[in-house]
Amino acid sequence: MSDMAGAAQRPLSPHLQIYRPMLTMMMSIVHRITGVALYFGTALLVIWLVAVASTTKSFDAVNGLYGSWFGLIVLVGYSWALIHHLLGGLRHFVWDTGAGFGPEARELLAKLTIGGSIALTILLWIAIFLMKG
Amino acid sequence: MSGPSNSSMLTPRRRVAGLGSARSGTGHFWLQRVTALANVPLVLLSLAIIICVAGEDHGFVLEVLGNPVVAIILLLTLLSVVFHMRLGMQIVIEDYVHAEGCKVLCLIANTFFTVAVGCAGAFAILKISFGG
Repeated sequence: MSDMAGAAQRPLSPHLQIYRPMLTMMMSIVHRITGVALYFGTALLVIWLVAVASTTKSFDAVNGLYGSWFGLIVLVGYSWALIHHLLGGLRHFVWDTGAGFGPEARELLAKLTIGGSIALTILLWIAIFLMKG
Repeated sequence: MSGPSNSSMLTPRRRVAGLGSARSGTGHFWLQRVTALANVPLVLLSLAIIICVAGEDHGFVLEVLGNPVVAIILLLTLLSVVFHMRLGMQIVIEDYVHAEGCKVLCLIANTFFTVAVGCAGAFAILKISFGG
């Protein structure tokens, strides 16, 4: 570093490898990952819509694929990502008002986001299986 | 003419435009939040519609999705979602893709993908609804 003569000795902005992992940081990363997953997930929804608009044969094929055990695993993940990203978005609306930035409040919001998304996803799929058998 | 206002790094023209160093102001942020707000009720309604028709036969699905109110909800959801998706992915690309050429190509691909997904979905919903 000493051979960088002339370079200003400015402090470097700390990045991921400097920080101790924190819940709020993890929720920020997961918010972004779920957003990217949902980006491609929308294509799954549109593929299904196009299949509905096409023939009964194509509709049955896509329904069969999405209803298979692999399809259901993807759909459970999709629904969790959707709920998590939605709750994360609501948390951002709270922050947009200027509230919820204190140490306790932001930890609570982070816990509500992850706890809420898991609980709601489980409840959603219990409801689906009760309705659809 | 030498007041405190002239000490700014910005030219008077830039200061009047009020768009800041990113040259696009708060437009991106604001549309991201507006679509996020629209997404909350729309996504929940669409989720309820999709669960309602999940696992049912083709005729039933066509009948439900062909209902004008259902079709309008799905169209609004798709519109709001694809705008939100494009803005979000744009931020991700700008954060992680640093090579200028690759970044521009990724941003164009992002636009192509979201427009294609949006148009395909909208066409499918309209075709179902118009009973084609």
